[in-house]
Amino acid sequence: MGKYLLRRLAINVILVAIAASLAYILAASTMSPRGAYEGRQPPVAESVVDATLDAYNLNDKTPVLQRYATWVQGVVVGDFGRTWNGGSVNDEMGRRILVSARLLLIGTLLGFAVGVALGAFSAVKQYKLSDRLIGVTSFVIMAIPVFVLATLLAIGTYNLNRGLGFTLIEYTGEYNPRLSGWDQFLNRLNHLILPTISLSLGSIAFYSRIQRNMMLDVLDQDFVRTAMAKGLPRRKALIKHALRTALIPSATYFAFAFGTMFTGATFTEKIFAWHGMGAWLVDSINANDVNSVAAVTFFAAVCVLAASFLSDLLVAALDPRVRVS
Amino acid sequence: MRTKVVFRRLLRNKQARYGSIALVLLVGLAYIGPYFGPYDWTEKDFLAFLSGPGPDHWWGTTSIGADMYAVTLRGMQKSIIIGLLVALISTGLAAIVGAFAGYFGGWIDKVLMWGVDLLLVLPSFLIIAIVSPRLREGASWLWFVALLAAFSWMVTSRVVRSMTLSLREREYVLAAVYMGIPRWKIIFRHIVPNLSSLLIIDATLNVSGAIIGEAALSFFGFGVQPPDVSLGTLIAEGSRNATGYPWLFAFPAGLLVALVLSVNLIGDGLRDALDPGSNS
Amino acid sequence: MSILEVKDLTVTFPGGIEAVRGVSYEVERGEVLGIVGESGSGKSVTSLAVMGLLPRNATVSGSVRLHGQELLSMKEDELVKVRGRAISMIFQDPLSAFTPVFTIGDQIAEAVRIHQKVSKDQAARRAVELLDLVGIPNPALRAKAFPHEFSGGMRQRAMIAMAVANDPDLLICDEPTTALDVTIQAQVLEVLKTAQRETGAGIVMITHDLGVIAGMADRVLVMYAGRPVEQGLVDDIYYRPRMPYTMGLLASIPRVDGEEGPLVPIDGNPPSPAALPPGCPFAPRCPMKVDMCDDEEPPLTSFGGGRHVACIRAHEIEHKGMTGADVFPVPVIPPSDVVRVPRAERATVLELDGMQKHYPLMKGAVFKRRVGTVFAVDGISFDVAEGETLALVGESGCGKTTTLQQIMRLEAPQAGRVVVLGKDSAGLDKSARKSLRADLQIVFQDPMAALDPRMPVGDIIAEPLRAHGRTDARAKVTELLRLVGLAPEHAERYPQQFSGGQRQRIGIARALALEPKLLVLDEPVSALDVSIQAGVINLLEELKNRLGLSYLFVAHDLAVVRHLADRVAVMYLGRIAEIGTVENVYDSPAHPYTQALLSAIPLPDPEMERTRKRILLEGDLPSPADPPSGCRFRTRCPKFARLSEAERQRCVNEEPSVARLANVADHGAACHYAEEIEVITASDNQEEQ
Repeated sequence: MGKYLLRRLAINVILVAIAASLAYILAASTMSPRGAYEGRQPPVAESVVDATLDAYNLNDKTPVLQRYATWVQGVVVGDFGRTWNGGSVNDEMGRRILVSARLLLIGTLLGFAVGVALGAFSAVKQYKLSDRLIGVTSFVIMAIPVFVLATLLAIGTYNLNRGLGFTLIEYTGEYNPRLSGWDQFLNRLNHLILPTISLSLGSIAFYSRIQRNMMLDVLDQDFVRTAMAKGLPRRKALIKHALRTALIPSATYFAFAFGTMFTGATFTEKIFAWHGMGAWLVDSINANDVNSVAAVTFFAAVCVLAASFLSDLLVAALDPRVRVS
Repeated sequence: MRTKVVFRRLLRNKQARYGSIALVLLVGLAYIGPYFGPYDWTEKDFLAFLSGPGPDHWWGTTSIGADMYAVTLRGMQKSIIIGLLVALISTGLAAIVGAFAGYFGGWIDKVLMWGVDLLLVLPSFLIIAIVSPRLREGASWLWFVALLAAFSWMVTSRVVRSMTLSLREREYVLAAVYMGIPRWKIIFRHIVPNLSSLLIIDATLNVSGAIIGEAALSFFGFGVQPPDVSLGTLIAEGSRNATGYPWLFAFPAGLLVALVLSVNLIGDGLRDALDPGSNS
Repeated sequence: MSILEVKDLTVTFPGGIEAVRGVSYEVERGEVLGIVGESGSGKSVTSLAVMGLLPRNATVSGSVRLHGQELLSMKEDELVKVRGRAISMIFQDPLSAFTPVFTIGDQIAEAVRIHQKVSKDQAARRAVELLDLVGIPNPALRAKAFPHEFSGGMRQRAMIAMAVANDPDLLICDEPTTALDVTIQAQVLEVLKTAQRETGAGIVMITHDLGVIAGMADRVLVMYAGRPVEQGLVDDIYYRPRMPYTMGLLASIPRVDGEEGPLVPIDGNPPSPAALPPGCPFAPRCPMKVDMCDDEEPPLTSFGGGRHVACIRAHEIEHKGMTGADVFPVPVIPPSDVVRVPRAERATVLELDGMQKHYPLMKGAVFKRRVGTVFAVDGISFDVAEGETLALVGESGCGKTTTLQQIMRLEAPQAGRVVVLGKDSAGLDKSARKSLRADLQIVFQDPMAALDPRMPVGDIIAEPLRAHGRTDARAKVTELLRLVGLAPEHAERYPQQFSGGQRQRIGIARALALEPKLLVLDEPVSALDVSIQAGVINLLEELKNRLGLSYLFVAHDLAVVRHLADRVAVMYLGRIAEIGTVENVYDSPAHPYTQALLSAIPLPDPEMERTRKRILLEGDLPSPADPPSGCRFRTRCPKFARLSEAERQRCVNEEPSVARLANVADHGAACHYAEEIEVITASDNQEEQ
């Protein structure tokens, strides 16, 4: 067991190193923040620009490999370098991870719980009106890309607020910094409404489809029949025996989603103006911010691998058949 | 025989029927529609900036006076082509890599699956985002297709691999081995055809996946580059002014959703028709 | 007063498919009613209908009364009080019948707590008691195990424990031992008898195995195409069958105590419930059919003495005292020329010498790692002479399939030698291997899995021909189809369009395409219904004689082996326990394992079943990853138990190898204390003469 974990860890470290290095070299060789300094009014002297960029390890005049070496030395001790304008990438990342987590936590949990419940319900009511309704709705929702959905929600809210004459539901930003205490907490919740809907609708649709299929697979199985033959009413047999067994696949998806939650939700963050990890990726590419790009990539790779490990662990916990005795 | 059975089941399947009708209509609109419109997609009407839908400009005009009807259909053509190409390439790649890895096992399997893992971890969004805006000349969208396909086959290839692992032990495959048939021939004669239902479904769903993927990247300006247009670039532009000029957003977004929905319906119907064990 | 009374039960599935068409029976306290029928006869659907467990889209009519109370019209909340309490059910496949994510103990305790007001602890204790009752060793510990950690036999015991948890009045057993090996089957049947004694319950025993019914049932109901065709006391049914179907069924089963020679097949296939023939559904297959049979379906009419028969010619059969052999003609199979030459002078087509196959034991799907070595085949030797059939028999896990795969691979084994037609597999290059493959072909067990579902039959049969560069594939396919009893126009159809027996014929045609000298048969009839099985066995016999083939025949069914094989090798845990001619091994088995195996086989003969003394083996097959030291069989050996401490030492320390027995030429056993005894008395009169 220990040996297995060590081997897996080693492979993952290599994968992360490759992914992050590739991202760094690609970013460093194609983009340079020099433009952001050169275009300033009043003009800044080239030597000053060079000195500033050198200080941040962002000077395109330095060979890529040399910059890469400097970057690696930093990363090894946990320092991801400087942003294009000199801020600490580490600080920025820490802040943004929390923003993304606050944004996504509720949506991720809600999406799973509601999705699984709807899917299981739908399977039990197969071919009934409620099943068809859930099926059609989730089908339509899955066909709507999140940026269209989010935009639609934003338009709807804009019109609603305008019609009401005051701001009932907030649709940009994370909170109103002028409020404090309880009011600010409520305000934060208000800001969460729209992004949470736009995030969870998709996952509700997704989980409900998976759970319905899994549940249908299980419904015809002998063990559900055994449970009923023992004298359990159908409802109880379905919940205790069928749902518990059919939960395993959706739970592994959930574990994966939970692990990758911290990498943020690019579209939702951009559209509703939350400054999380997802928005950072787009912003840093647009700002030619090499070190941030590499840091985001590094973090995302770590999250993906950790998430897949997490989902493997969860399978082992839920399914005795794959446990090591 | 089997094809006939599948076809009949497919026709009987309501989802697939509605999906196919919708798709035929949409593709027809994209390719035949422009001939009926009064304007070409490159034309600019300097008398009508941001005018709403009307008898002259059916779907309104953009901020530079382009006819939304012509531009949107042009964008849809590109989206459809991109979706089809990406789906074909990525499903083909997935089938070949997965079947070879699963059938041969050993070091071939290890190397191929390691490659799959690596590609899964590589920052695909970043790579496409950095590379595609820099491919401005000529057929840059073909490169974009290649990039999109390169990052969308891995999960399927894993599924193909695991199914191959079980097919490999099937008695008819063993029978072929014991007849002395070369292994690569067995893969193409016995393994891949028996994965065809999975692959067809996967390819169908990949079409919609690729259409959304293209639109998503284009939304941030990382996808199809001007002067080319796609539904994604149009939605990106439209969403910025969606509250004031809804037609800029509504037509491309609506068509995108309709396109994806109809392809998904077909895919789901195919799943029911091809997989007799499914609950249909 | 009967516990259960079923009257005119019919079950219809959507699309107007009538799976059950009017079944009536009664079960009394302490009585065992056997329901026999082939797959698709509606026997399982009947029992699910009684329990009210059919899918919701099924329409059930008729009447099912438990202690006089109608069950069919009962609401669910009342029905749940009956299920698991008054009626319990034991299902066929105990692996899928237990919820995989809960422990066995929890699932039994759940059954207790549904119907009895007891605390969790009490229920858990009761579960342990019940596991003890059904003979699970170490029940307190095993109760905490998950279903996949139990062996098949233990799972079925646990299933029985769960079924008797609430002292039911009626037990419905749906093919309870079909998935089990024969020695385990004997154990489980014994447990079932104990359970019945403990609870005094009535039992409805559903199975296709006429041997199991003969030993268990008091009365028998024979089903065909959704209807009972004959019903009566067990002796009447077995010794005085009056419906041609029952007669054919009894005549078609190969018997372990029977003579060699051709079996009696019933032509054709059971009808599909969606397309029943007019009149008597058995008429198309019945040799006694007259024109009147097509007019209307004969009702099940009383024959006196509790007997019911559904056949218009039943009285005639009774009157003339006809037997199965009179109704169903025994086919004549021309004898082989090769066997006239003494075995020693014939060429050897296959020789195994100390062949061994070990493979790593991996554990866990997520955390995969090697935890040991499976000694699947651990040094076995035998040879097959030209024109001969050698059967390799043994229960699951004995290594027979691994042996066969090693031979088919034509590669050097890990240790030992495999010599096919005089060529050592270790010394073959690629082209020699390929040309040798033409002489060595295989027929698989599962006729569905063995044929690529996406290829028409003609292409399937032509595949080996094309692979070996033959150009006359088309003509040859026609010839092969005729050879195995199919029509040339079948070449255009797909495997799904054929019945199981026909598919197996296609598999045989493909194997014969290259005119091999040695055919390896991997359980070729075990997936087929008895009435179909006989036809395939006869075909194999005939082909062997006509084409001068040699067979290596792998099987677990010793009765089939007796009919088809000349010599037999009994395997246990990767080693050969006993080898010799069929007569020697069956009539005077010398290895305690062979003796137990033969004695465990139920005979389709109620009289003999009642008087027979079984040699019951204890426990399960040890894991091939951790075989016992010395003699591998000693942990379950009845003889070992009787030996003195000094004698036992030899079994523990020294692994016996196959030694020839003193008095006969072709018979050897791997036992330090081998001793020939008679286990089955040969009986020639299976029906009343």
